[in-house]
Amino acid sequence: MQAFLDIFDIYLLEAVVNGILLGGVLALLALGLNLIFGVIDVTWICYAELVMIGMYAMYYVVQVFGLPYWVAAPLTILLVAGLGAALHYIVIAPLLTAPPINQLLATGGVLFILQSFATVAFGIDFRNLGIRLPVLAFGEMHFSYARLLSFIAALIGMVVVYLFMKRTYTGTAIRAIAQDRQIMSLMGVDAKRIYLITSALGGALAGLAACLLVLQYDVHPFVGLSFGPITFLICVLGGLGNFVGGFIAAFVFAEIISLGGLFSDLEWGYVLAFAFFIVMMFIRPAGLFARRS
Amino acid sequence: MNSRSIVWAVVLAALIALPFVYRDPYHLHILVLILIWSFAYTSWSIMGRFGLVSLGHGGFMGVGAYVTALLWNHLGVTPWIGIPLSMACAGLLAVIVAYPCFRFRITGHYFVLVTLALSGIVLQVITATRDYTGGSLGYTPNRTKGSQLLALQFDDKITWYLIALFVWVVGLLIWRWVDRSMSRYAMEAISDDEDAAAAAGVNVTYEKLKITLISALMTALAGALYCQYQMFISPDTVSGIAVSLQMVFAVIVGGVYVSLGPTVGAVITILLAEILRISFGTKAVGWDNLVYGVLLVLFIIFLPKGILGSLIDRFKTQPEKKPATHEQEITAAAKR
Repeated sequence: MQAFLDIFDIYLLEAVVNGILLGGVLALLALGLNLIFGVIDVTWICYAELVMIGMYAMYYVVQVFGLPYWVAAPLTILLVAGLGAALHYIVIAPLLTAPPINQLLATGGVLFILQSFATVAFGIDFRNLGIRLPVLAFGEMHFSYARLLSFIAALIGMVVVYLFMKRTYTGTAIRAIAQDRQIMSLMGVDAKRIYLITSALGGALAGLAACLLVLQYDVHPFVGLSFGPITFLICVLGGLGNFVGGFIAAFVFAEIISLGGLFSDLEWGYVLAFAFFIVMMFIRPAGLFARRS
Repeated sequence: MNSRSIVWAVVLAALIALPFVYRDPYHLHILVLILIWSFAYTSWSIMGRFGLVSLGHGGFMGVGAYVTALLWNHLGVTPWIGIPLSMACAGLLAVIVAYPCFRFRITGHYFVLVTLALSGIVLQVITATRDYTGGSLGYTPNRTKGSQLLALQFDDKITWYLIALFVWVVGLLIWRWVDRSMSRYAMEAISDDEDAAAAAGVNVTYEKLKITLISALMTALAGALYCQYQMFISPDTVSGIAVSLQMVFAVIVGGVYVSLGPTVGAVITILLAEILRISFGTKAVGWDNLVYGVLLVLFIIFLPKGILGSLIDRFKTQPEKKPATHEQEITAAAKR
């Protein structure tokens, strides 16, 4: 019995730590989406598909063109940032005055486009970078090095974004526009430019997430569906547009998935997370950390 | 009898007579699919036209299909009982999720994302209970040897065509009934301004819940019929976010505010997929969705009322310069 408990505890601890590591990447995804929502007031349903395109970009640059990972990563981030800006310029900008639901559905259309573009262009095979990172043994617990690396990189990415938002003029303008979009145009801030920059920044975060996720998962055209929905739920749970809320909610979700998966299949972890989300929506409809109005 | 109902009666009679005159099984198959999906899309539009954009309908459809098939395979319950039971399950699910949503005023983006979670849950539950549902490999209701009527399994396409036609007409009648009921005015008031509607004496929660329940029950029926007709279901074809988005897409393309809009959407999407599949074969994998996606974006930007909606508007306003229809007022109000 005692031996059983020991093993159980180690698994539990391993699951907890793995949950935290998973939370890092989810938090990064949620940050990008929250940024877009907070500033432009649009939900990019296709956000995870941008990540998927980024993962393919990594695959092609590393596997086909043979460039090292550290060169491919910035290229991918730039590419996805460009995609984000293009998405805003082509799809969102004409719809800025349309009902919010239309904007959401238009990005749903982009989801179809990106998914089927990937199917047509890259086929439905699973592909991976072919980089096998070692597994860290920590006592009797095992962690994948890739996850640890992703966690750290995600944290660094978030700190950089935080500093950008706090220390630069553009960052200040972005935060100000998130607070009041009418007044900022009067203050001489070019809202269109800020929107474009924000979209590019959101895209860049998706690109960074792609660089990290491609280390752990195979890429295929529908990979976005496996973490896209969870990202939206995290953002909603944290309060759409609330950066700190999204950050904490990401870790809550990651723990639920990781611990739920410990006791049964991974799918049940997801089911638990989804159910938890619906229950939380009823308890705190405006997000976990909404200020009471 | 006015000319409008005569046109309806003639078209309906022609549709009923069609399979007895024209028997090409492939074309009948396409027609049955179009009718079943039209019914599903119509049920989505009953909610969607009032701004209640749900991405949870993939979930309701999945429940309808899987509950019916599971009851038949594991307990031997005939679909005649299984379908109402599956509809009840979907209805219960809809109430459990929607009631708190409406009670706590979860609207707009938030409502979309909560219902998206619902789709996700149903998909993951189906995949996770793979011992019973076959997981992502799909599921087939057991073929029956004896009485086919009891098992609701028919080999000939004509029977299915007539069943699908009947259900489709019922769907349109429900649409019309909602369109002419007081609920419509209540829902339009709600979609304009919830507080004002509540102040004017509309029971906001009740009205929204009623519409959602009708829509969910119909969608579950569509799922169950699809399952009985195709005799094969997989989580990706009847549940999940992709199916929900597909519904939204077809309805938007056809037109949300007109009764035949979802049907036009179904005709366009299914014909497009079939034409691409036939002319390009396996090379076309993905192309249909690519075209859908581009069309969806273009439609939302340039033609938010859909093909049929815009055509009817042009038809109506050109000759007699009528004042703006109510739908136009709503869209104008929504734009403000």
